[in-house]
Amino acid sequence: MTGVPFFPPEASTFAPQVDALFFFELCVAAFFTFLIFTCIVYFCIRYRRRSDDEFPPKMPSHYGLEAAWTVVPFLLMLVMYFWGAQLYVDMKRPAERGLEIHVIGKQWMWKIEHPEGVREIDEMHVPVGVPIKLVLASQDVIHDFFIPAFRMKQDLVPGGYVTEWFQATQTGTYYLFCSQYCGAGHSSMVGKIYVMSEPDYQAWLAGAVPAENPAAAGKQLFTSLGCDQCHGQRAPNLAGLYGSKVSLQDGSTIIADEQYLRDSITNPSSQIVAAYPAVMPSYLGQISEEQLYELIQFIKSLTAVRNLPAGEVSQPPAPALGAPATRPAPGEQPGSVPNFPPAETPYPPPPSPPTEGR
Amino acid sequence: MNMTTAAYIPAPTRRKQLNFLNHDYRIRSWLLTKDHKRIALLYMVSITFFFAIGGAAATLIRLELVYPTNWIVKSETYNKLFTMHGVIMVWFFLIPSIPAVLGNFLMPLMLGARDVAFPKLNLTSWYLFIIGGAFTLFALLWGGVDTGWTFYTPLSSSFSNTHVVLVVIGIFIVGFSTILTGLNFIVTTHTMRCPGMTWFRMPLFVWGMYATSVIQVLATPVLAMTLALVGIERIWRIGIFDPAIGGDPLLFQHLFWFYSHPAVYIMILPGMAVESELITCFSRKEPFGYVFIAFSSVAIAILGFLVWAHHMFVAGISVYSGLVFSMLSMVVAVPSAIKVFNWTATLYRGSISLETPMLYALGFIGLFTIGGLTGVMLATLGLDVHVHDTYFVIAHFHYIMVGGMVMAYLGGVHFWWPKITGKMYDEWWGRLSAIIIFIGFNLTFFPQFILGYIGMPRRYPVYPPEFQFWNDLSSAGASILAIGYALPLIYLLLSLRYGKDAGNNPHRATGLEWTTTSPPPEHNFHTIPVITHEPYAYYLQLKENREEEPSV
Repeated sequence: MTGVPFFPPEASTFAPQVDALFFFELCVAAFFTFLIFTCIVYFCIRYRRRSDDEFPPKMPSHYGLEAAWTVVPFLLMLVMYFWGAQLYVDMKRPAERGLEIHVIGKQWMWKIEHPEGVREIDEMHVPVGVPIKLVLASQDVIHDFFIPAFRMKQDLVPGGYVTEWFQATQTGTYYLFCSQYCGAGHSSMVGKIYVMSEPDYQAWLAGAVPAENPAAAGKQLFTSLGCDQCHGQRAPNLAGLYGSKVSLQDGSTIIADEQYLRDSITNPSSQIVAAYPAVMPSYLGQISEEQLYELIQFIKSLTAVRNLPAGEVSQPPAPALGAPATRPAPGEQPGSVPNFPPAETPYPPPPSPPTEGR
Repeated sequence: MNMTTAAYIPAPTRRKQLNFLNHDYRIRSWLLTKDHKRIALLYMVSITFFFAIGGAAATLIRLELVYPTNWIVKSETYNKLFTMHGVIMVWFFLIPSIPAVLGNFLMPLMLGARDVAFPKLNLTSWYLFIIGGAFTLFALLWGGVDTGWTFYTPLSSSFSNTHVVLVVIGIFIVGFSTILTGLNFIVTTHTMRCPGMTWFRMPLFVWGMYATSVIQVLATPVLAMTLALVGIERIWRIGIFDPAIGGDPLLFQHLFWFYSHPAVYIMILPGMAVESELITCFSRKEPFGYVFIAFSSVAIAILGFLVWAHHMFVAGISVYSGLVFSMLSMVVAVPSAIKVFNWTATLYRGSISLETPMLYALGFIGLFTIGGLTGVMLATLGLDVHVHDTYFVIAHFHYIMVGGMVMAYLGGVHFWWPKITGKMYDEWWGRLSAIIIFIGFNLTFFPQFILGYIGMPRRYPVYPPEFQFWNDLSSAGASILAIGYALPLIYLLLSLRYGKDAGNNPHRATGLEWTTTSPPPEHNFHTIPVITHEPYAYYLQLKENREEEPSV
């Protein structure tokens, strides 16, 4: 990484595609710049003023030329547009399989949460050749996840999740920059991406000390925040919720993805499940991005063992719409933590799952 | 044009000496003036002052970036410096530069009017500018602001501990100055044209200023509202943009760029307007495709309102918005390309003289071409993802704003300097500084394209050491650029005392402003001119210059 760099490394499947488009546009730009510069220099010499009393005759306008330099740039532009649009759509189309890594940006650090419970700060280890799905969130202001070698960049907007993906093609160490100005420490919000071969990655994963399993941490939160007081009884059962279709009170349906789960925690009244009263309080500002992440991982983990077929989650097991909410009597053990499986592998397992338990 | 010249020039009487500069020397005659020419000079002095401050901030930025560590300033200070540079240069230099200085001076002269439509409002605009500037300057000197000139929320509304509200008030006030100037020019263009001055006999400068004014009037109120909302959220914690209290950060970006993208055209259309005057004068030809140049200004003004979300391709907008806004942004390139080709074609078979303003004009075409083509790259969705928020963007918009607008402003100031002051500047120094600026500019900003593509993000006082070579090259270029900007300040001021008398029309240009004396009398024309033919009729002088010349 020394010497004078002229070009960034190409280390993802997008990189050569972006560069091909860049070189095409660079050639077009160079051609037109050269054309204009040449014309200017040539005209300035060829038609230099030879006498102060020289006045050239009137020149008729030329509609053919006007049409030419309106249409030709427009057509070239269409090529660039469709090329770039295709690439953009590909970048935004999430990978269906592969690893899912959560990224939380906060002033001024990157927190990386691997599905196995391994956490990293300002570093991200990924295997080469595997599509990586990133779920990005910000704890405070807008940050931006930018890896020049991968030609990928995405803002982390607080208050929501953004999903991105990439697939690394070259092992090595690459920069991760925050490229959206985020305050005093903006330029220190720099991390490293370690792209490793599959065996190296597995070795790293085995050697890394996993923090508490996020789903297990989420389970504790679920209890300590009192979520279990309602959910599973008079509030919707959460088992099998993730990825299912939910009918809302206004008659619409919504896929219960991460953004839906998040909104249901931070702004529950924005999407009320059909046949349930809107009694859930908002947890906006009361839990951090990491706690949200853990809660959502817990809810997602409930998918593994679920006793309701998909589509039926919206059916209320208990009270009818508008019925007064009844709190469980003191001492009564609420059905609590619905269907939390005692031992499971909550994620699509990576090629060879880590050996440590949850 | 020359055949009517004789009619406009007053007979050499005792009034010959009196002009707008020397008819009254008292301070109050300047501070309470309603003369558009004096107001233009008030603006010129004010924005030169602000340019110096913004330039000083830029100098410190480039110095800090010489080494990849915090070797001169802390990151907090650096953040305040680039915010100050952006705020001052955008709102207190670029936006008022050509409209408020050259536009104020020339619009009535070019239209054959004695003043703008609302002279008192014109003076009010200047006072608003000064009050807004004082607010902003006070805040910047008192402790500064660290949000960047874009004031992105929730950083600006909930997280920054600096004087956001004061600066926002300053910009809010100066926005009204812009709106009132735009309003004045629109009404002036509609109502103050002299007899025979039909729309298609107006100089292209007026077309450009008219398009700019429309944007100023329509877009600036949105900025005022947006910044007011930031202030409201900051002071009363009413959730508008901060998601922690129920707001939406992307809403701010939509509102801000709905103003700020058209504002980019406020900053370049006047440059194009000046360009059309310079190119025609120094090739002594009518513009190639007058109608195309005129209407491309209007097209840019309209399309400029429909492209704002191209600043947000990676901000989390939907893919479909991305697709639509990319298309619309690229369409803007077409009228811009039309202008560049028409200016170049104007040179063809002209009688080209490379005097100082023409050097600036040719530099403008070259730099604007590079800035425009890199703009197309940025509008391309897949490519923007990589270069967005890197130095590539910095280089791109400096090619437009500095390579375009500042070059055009300096070209215009040199071109009309003899008309404004009645004195000629030193031509040798003029050409030298134009060349120094062109070289220094490219050395400063071209390396930033490379720096951006290899991945250096914006607003980084500390950066990985690999990027140092390009940063040092850029800083070296900036020092050359600084010399280039200092020179005109010196030789133009010296010309006031030592310059040769310019005469009424030293460039032998067409246009009504050249038919009156230099400097013009207080009310521009002793007799209101009557227009009988199209503008830029240089070919008419071919037959007539010999018999017309003595009367000037």
